[in-house]
Amino acid sequence: MKLIDFTAIYTIWLREMKRFFRARSRLIGSLAMPLFFLVFLGMGFNAAFKFSDMPPGIDYIAFLAPGIIGMVLLFNSITSGMSVIWDRQFGFLKEIMVTPVSRVSIALGKTLGGMTTALLQGFLILLIAVGIGFKITGVLGLLSSVICMILIATSFVCLGLIFASIINDMQGFHLIVSLFTFPIFILSSALFPLEQLPLWLKYLTYINPLTYGVDGLRYSLIGMAHFSLTLDLFVLVCFCAFMICLSTYFFRSVEVN
Amino acid sequence: MEYAIEIEELSKKFGDFTAVSNINLNIEKGEIFGLLGPNGAGKTTIIKTLATLLQPTSGFAEVWHHNILKEQDAVRRSIGIVFQDPSVDTELTGRENLDFHARMYGLNREERERRINEVFDLVELNDRAKVFVKFYSGGMQRRLEIARGLMHYPKVLFLDEPTLGLDAQTRRRVWAYVKRLNKEEKVTVVLTTHYMEEADYLCDRVAIIDHGKIIALDKPNNLKNAIGEDIISLRVSDGGNFSDMLSKFEFIKEMKLHDDFLFLSVENGEKMIPRIMHLAHEDGVFVHSVSLRKPTLEDVFLHFTGRTIREQEASAKEQNRMKAKASMRMGGKR
Repeated sequence: MKLIDFTAIYTIWLREMKRFFRARSRLIGSLAMPLFFLVFLGMGFNAAFKFSDMPPGIDYIAFLAPGIIGMVLLFNSITSGMSVIWDRQFGFLKEIMVTPVSRVSIALGKTLGGMTTALLQGFLILLIAVGIGFKITGVLGLLSSVICMILIATSFVCLGLIFASIINDMQGFHLIVSLFTFPIFILSSALFPLEQLPLWLKYLTYINPLTYGVDGLRYSLIGMAHFSLTLDLFVLVCFCAFMICLSTYFFRSVEVN
Repeated sequence: MEYAIEIEELSKKFGDFTAVSNINLNIEKGEIFGLLGPNGAGKTTIIKTLATLLQPTSGFAEVWHHNILKEQDAVRRSIGIVFQDPSVDTELTGRENLDFHARMYGLNREERERRINEVFDLVELNDRAKVFVKFYSGGMQRRLEIARGLMHYPKVLFLDEPTLGLDAQTRRRVWAYVKRLNKEEKVTVVLTTHYMEEADYLCDRVAIIDHGKIIALDKPNNLKNAIGEDIISLRVSDGGNFSDMLSKFEFIKEMKLHDDFLFLSVENGEKMIPRIMHLAHEDGVFVHSVSLRKPTLEDVFLHFTGRTIREQEASAKEQNRMKAKASMRMGGKR
């Protein structure tokens, strides 16, 4: 059994893509909330007050857009672990598990599939943001933002996969996922700048990997950052590699009844 | 004799519960072999262990000369499996389901195309290939799963309760496919069932399983013959006289008279009926009706366990439900 079976990884990825593009209502549903956040929260706060320390020419919507992209990536990545739970529920996981394909390859196929769908949704939000007047600094920035997006998505898909490996029912999965996603989102500098925060809160955001993801996105897209892009990418790459290892480890213990 | 499957002292425990207990069994290449028993007897556990989805607690087995513990990859390549519960992706078309399977087994494009058409032909689903599986009937889904199990040219095909929940007509069709694929694809078939008539009709040999043990193993006919003779029941005009007359004959092993009804235990009942009719005619006895009952596998099960498979099933279902509930509470880990 090859540990990394590229045909199998591609096969599993292909299936995830087919399912994703066929479930358009789910796609629209999953984009509705971030859109509300971006448009109404953005405009609301934009009009109400100005954050200090904001560089000239950057309003709240511009500040918020990378944060919302981070949020979309986070939510959709983690919930992509659902596909494992669905497969288990509908028996398809047995079909996958009985094939002569290593668990590692199956986990990687699922990760790649979840990453791609999350990435597409993140990109859609970016497009919509540009449509309502969000300005990107340049092509190079766009490129590094894609790298950030891939790293964020992959890491959190792996987290979702870990949850799906140890939780068997959908309700439990949803509960655990929302238990994790909201603090990660709120404490990530997606909604507010870090500079003015009380010290204890600042440290909380510093141990949150999404903070570096959003910071990297923000630097790439509007040229404003709390850390340096190098630090952001370094933390993201380490976190991502760690999560891939952890998720394949957990996925190996998955049993099908 | 070349064996497709060799099982030695195989046991599987779930906690304190022994699902399979020290089973020894050899299954020949090319045969249709049946594991017959009530729900909860351990049939599915045996199949899942052979398919490397479960690890045995002790003992070992070889599937197509590959050790199920050490050569999982080779075992998986040699087998196809149709699970008891549905395991197709209903959001994909039938063809896409087969395509997924073929790619996972590393078939190239040309092989995939050819094989998909072949197996669709075999189960007569060609016209449904491009339809989403969610629009398939239960019987069609089953046939699709059988087709999928055959995609990668397995040597051994496991069918776990292949006709569970299907109507009588569809069941007949599935039986026909199983016979056909056994003959045309030369694939060894191992199936589990709790339907007596299914095991009887399909299987070359049957192992009767109860509480994780094999309690009988033979050809269905031998099993039935071993437990007793055929019963001829007659309704006659003068039972008393006729029974006195018949008691002289040796070919009647046992006789019971009940009002007008006479029950005779004989061997080869179908051959004895004309003779008995002739005797009745000579004796001037008028026969109103006659019927022959051959022992079924149900009788075999009753003989070995002291209860019918359906009684057993009712209590096993209850147990299963309790077990399922308990395991869900524990997070489904077993």
